[in-house]
Amino acid sequence: MATLITILFFGVAYGMILYLISVGLAVTMGLIGFVNLAHGVFAMLGGYATVSFMNRFGVPFLLSLAIGCILVAALGFLLERMLYRRFYGRSELDQVLFSFGLILVSVAIVRIAWGPLAQPIQLPNYLKGQVTILDLALPAYRLALVGFGAAVIAGLWFAFDRTLFGARIRAAVDNRAMAESIGINTSRLFSLAFGLGTGLAALGGGLGADVLAIAPAYPLQYIVYFLIVVAVGGLGSIKGPFVAALAIGISDTACRYFVPEAGSIFIFAFVFIVLIWRPNGIMERR
Amino acid sequence: MKIVTASPIPSLVAPFTINEVLKLLPWLAAAALPLVLPGYEPLATQVFVMILFALSLDLLVGYAGIVTLGHAGLFGVGGYTAGILSVHGFTDPIFTALCAMVLAAVTGLAFGVAILRTKGLTLLMLTMASAFLLYEIANKATSLTGGEDGLQGVSFAPVLGLFEFDFRGKTAFFYTLVALFFVFVFVRAMIHSPFGWSLRGIRENDARMVAIGCPIMRRRLIVYVISAALAGLAGALQAQSTQFVALYSLSFELSGNILIMLILGGSGRLYGAFVGVPVFMFAQDLLAKQDPANWFLGQGIVLIVMVTLAPGGVLGVAERTIDAIKQRRKA
Repeated sequence: MATLITILFFGVAYGMILYLISVGLAVTMGLIGFVNLAHGVFAMLGGYATVSFMNRFGVPFLLSLAIGCILVAALGFLLERMLYRRFYGRSELDQVLFSFGLILVSVAIVRIAWGPLAQPIQLPNYLKGQVTILDLALPAYRLALVGFGAAVIAGLWFAFDRTLFGARIRAAVDNRAMAESIGINTSRLFSLAFGLGTGLAALGGGLGADVLAIAPAYPLQYIVYFLIVVAVGGLGSIKGPFVAALAIGISDTACRYFVPEAGSIFIFAFVFIVLIWRPNGIMERR
Repeated sequence: MKIVTASPIPSLVAPFTINEVLKLLPWLAAAALPLVLPGYEPLATQVFVMILFALSLDLLVGYAGIVTLGHAGLFGVGGYTAGILSVHGFTDPIFTALCAMVLAAVTGLAFGVAILRTKGLTLLMLTMASAFLLYEIANKATSLTGGEDGLQGVSFAPVLGLFEFDFRGKTAFFYTLVALFFVFVFVRAMIHSPFGWSLRGIRENDARMVAIGCPIMRRRLIVYVISAALAGLAGALQAQSTQFVALYSLSFELSGNILIMLILGGSGRLYGAFVGVPVFMFAQDLLAKQDPANWFLGQGIVLIVMVTLAPGGVLGVAERTIDAIKQRRKA
């Protein structure tokens, strides 16, 4: 029983990271319809920024996270304005190639700047060790991950469902032409949503640096997981990907624990089965 | 949007002209390569294999409009089929290559049924997931595939019982060249057939193709299976010519590389694979040895610049240049 709860807990922590990174992709995909394979790049950059500010300049963990998040969000905003929007009307193939090119460039730059090895994160003392809750010893870092992730997600959902900005995004996802005709500046909305999404990805990358190791191959290695979360959860939704991310986090953790010899085979098989059953994701709106 | 017009006569039945003979010249030149550049046979063999692989990808990406980032999965299935058969005593190259094609086609059919029901991001993700799934299976089934060490002890009997795979790689060179020629003739006939034109129609506008009564799901599935079989053949040829199968042959890296090679030459143009693959492999040979970072950087920049400024790859640029010159002459 204790094992099951521990697995569930590790899975939820993993799922939270996957969700934080992928939710921005889900929103921009639904909003703009741009196939952005390079989304993982922003998570990686968030991770590198966090680790660097901590190790080189001795900035505290949470502050490093915040700086990384803001820097990457600004970068995402700029890239959207300068590069991404040129490709909005283009074919899917062009979008794939452009974002794949962006991945390769970022992998190279990161490799030149930080070297080919993974960057270990030095967790602050209060996140080391374990916390005992009801006879269960849980690692403090993952506990903080779940708590912090839950807080960010609560804020995000509130913003999406209850604020004017969220309402505008939802309107543009549903019907862009109609949203424009009632005076919503969708062009600016795209840039803001893109910046927000990349900022969240950076937060996920930095926060999860101990779960998904920060190395140059990051965007190539994990891209398929981010895409799975979005495709299974459904484009343009922010709650669907949450369910998908938790399901994948928990089942992947469970599979690795119970059948380590199968690795991630079950996850990919599971994804195929889900998408044969619901090609547009589990939260498809009719 | 490009306008496509069907030629009334499929070129297979086109009359025998001097033009047709001229088209054989590049093939003869390739066959004469060992005389001109001895010692380059192994590299040339790899180029032929990759051209064949890129041709199979062109059917999907260039003609049917199915963007896939998991084509290496099918290449690897072919490679491992041929390799594992040879380890277990079935060493006839042509027999094992045929088995590889069949198994890759079956794999393509199984995945295609699921993948082709979706579109956009989901389709892209499923193509990737299919290759990751196969990679993980090969990685874990170490008793069969050798896992991360690759498949050792692969060797093949002489081709047709006559030509032994030699140390210098001459047999492998001619063997792959002949295979590539047959595949090229087949693909060329296919894209000029009514079936090939219906694929372009589906690429340009699938809703209209449905409206004129074209069973698009079946057509897409058929081309997916054919492409899978050809990718499997390429994988088998690589296993036979290098006598080794590595996990790389199933990797996302290879899926990405082959797409870049095709795009570099120009997709949907039949000859794109013949231009892009040699250019890419030559550059890789030159640059990747020094520093992998520079190689990634160069690849990424070329890709971004090409998509921005020169869609259609090398052949696309050539086409537009020739068109511009013709226009000027007319004026």
